[in-house]
Amino acid sequence: MAEFGQLHVSNVSKEFTIGTQRVLALSHADLTVPRGEFVCLVGASGCGKTTLLRIIAGFEVATAGEVRVGKHLVTGPGPERGMVFQDYALFPWLTVRENVAFGPRERGVPKAEARERVDEFIHMVGLDAFADRHPHQLSGGMKQRVAIARVLANDSQLLLMDEPFGALDALTRERLQEELLEIWQRTKLTVLFVTHSMEEAVLLSDRVVVMTAGPGKIESDYRVALPRPRDVSSPEFNDIRRALSAKLTSHVAKRAAA
Amino acid sequence: MTATVDTVEAASTARAAPAVPSGWRRRVVPVLLALIFPACVLAAWQFASGTGRLRIVATPHEVALMMWDFAFGGIYDDAYSGTLYIHLYESMRRVYGGFALAALVAIPLGLLIGRVKVVRQMLDPTFQILRPIPVTAWLPLSMIFFGLGPSSAISLVFLGAFYPILLNTVFGVRHVDPKLFEAAAMLGCSGSAMFRRVVLPAALPSIFNGLRLGLGFAWVVIVVGEMTGVPTGLGAAIMDGRTLSRTDLIISGMIVIGIAGFVSDKLVLALNNRLLRWNVQHG
Repeated sequence: MAEFGQLHVSNVSKEFTIGTQRVLALSHADLTVPRGEFVCLVGASGCGKTTLLRIIAGFEVATAGEVRVGKHLVTGPGPERGMVFQDYALFPWLTVRENVAFGPRERGVPKAEARERVDEFIHMVGLDAFADRHPHQLSGGMKQRVAIARVLANDSQLLLMDEPFGALDALTRERLQEELLEIWQRTKLTVLFVTHSMEEAVLLSDRVVVMTAGPGKIESDYRVALPRPRDVSSPEFNDIRRALSAKLTSHVAKRAAA
Repeated sequence: MTATVDTVEAASTARAAPAVPSGWRRRVVPVLLALIFPACVLAAWQFASGTGRLRIVATPHEVALMMWDFAFGGIYDDAYSGTLYIHLYESMRRVYGGFALAALVAIPLGLLIGRVKVVRQMLDPTFQILRPIPVTAWLPLSMIFFGLGPSSAISLVFLGAFYPILLNTVFGVRHVDPKLFEAAAMLGCSGSAMFRRVVLPAALPSIFNGLRLGLGFAWVVIVVGEMTGVPTGLGAAIMDGRTLSRTDLIISGMIVIGIAGFVSDKLVLALNNRLLRWNVQHG
């Protein structure tokens, strides 16, 4: 497996031009994520959390600042940083197995070895029986499992997730959250997870990074010290969730008043 | 990640099977339903023939006889008896020849226009202006250019099939979900591999739509192309029927064209559904 250092986001800003107007989507973001940590980016829409994620993925170029993974400077998308999109972005013409094999094949991994890895990760996400189906024959939850397996099979060390469970029903979402935690603990991946649900953030992460809008910036960085597995109905869990939500809403209220 | 959850989810995706009637009924009923309308038309036609202006049009019975004679001979034994295969073969040759030529030019060109901005900026405006010109408006020019003969018919078929294939190819290439490019890029795909592994497969359904439309147009245009200057072909046979006032021949030719076009379309559709199992279309 490729050696992976920590993720360093230093002083990253992003300006978009919409028509003749320039909009500051992200202002001076600093973030360090050590290897193996699970970090959630939370915030209302427009706070730049998806923009930050996309800059780290290499899909967008920062207007200022830089992103490093270990010593390596991020200049574009790369296999060591795998993205899981909210709307899956599976290749509809490929089967589950072929979707998962896309990365290994692209990087020239020998066939037998690739096949073994692909089967391993399809098994890990529990889709053995569906390996030869096409995406349109799968439910939303299953599609997202394929998307996760696709990133895992590609040796990605940093898992970037953009509201991955946002389009799923509550039951499937809970199930996938559990499965994601299992996979994370098993693979020791570093995860950066964007969500607007504070409950999801507190349930999943080691650290919750709260972002605020106008311009988008990192407001606070909170370590969740609760032992795992966490119980969403426990008073401790709710204390943290409430405290973080208050932080977010007070800021939104301030902006609304201004 | 236990097996139970997967089966639960699988069950929720499987559609509940409606009560299906036995096999033969499921096959026969749609056929019967589809036959009601043409049967009524035939009955009305037979009933009305011999009255008013319809007197000059052959009856269904006469057309049936002509169809048989056209195909196998032995009834009238005139210049058209048993010649169907010649006319059909000539028309098919021109249709598929012109169509194949159109596909050969339009698909690569469409991929280029869709993918390369400079090519698009250079060619797209011209095509936008040429496209509204009806194919039939090209006929006089192509007759002068190619002379009387099959070449001008083939050139018309080419023009008729060219635009649907081109436009649908361009559309397919231009409307690939941008997320798929990002997904492929993050998996290590770039450059020409991106074209082969993302653009082409993503555009294929649209390209097939273009081929289907193009082949349909090819069958429309072939008749016009064959109406002047060629001795054989279904269009020529229909035109002869007009000259000879033989409505039985005209209608027989029309029916053959209808069937040939229908079969052609089904072939492309079958090919589509075989190659693009992830994107099955229904005719």
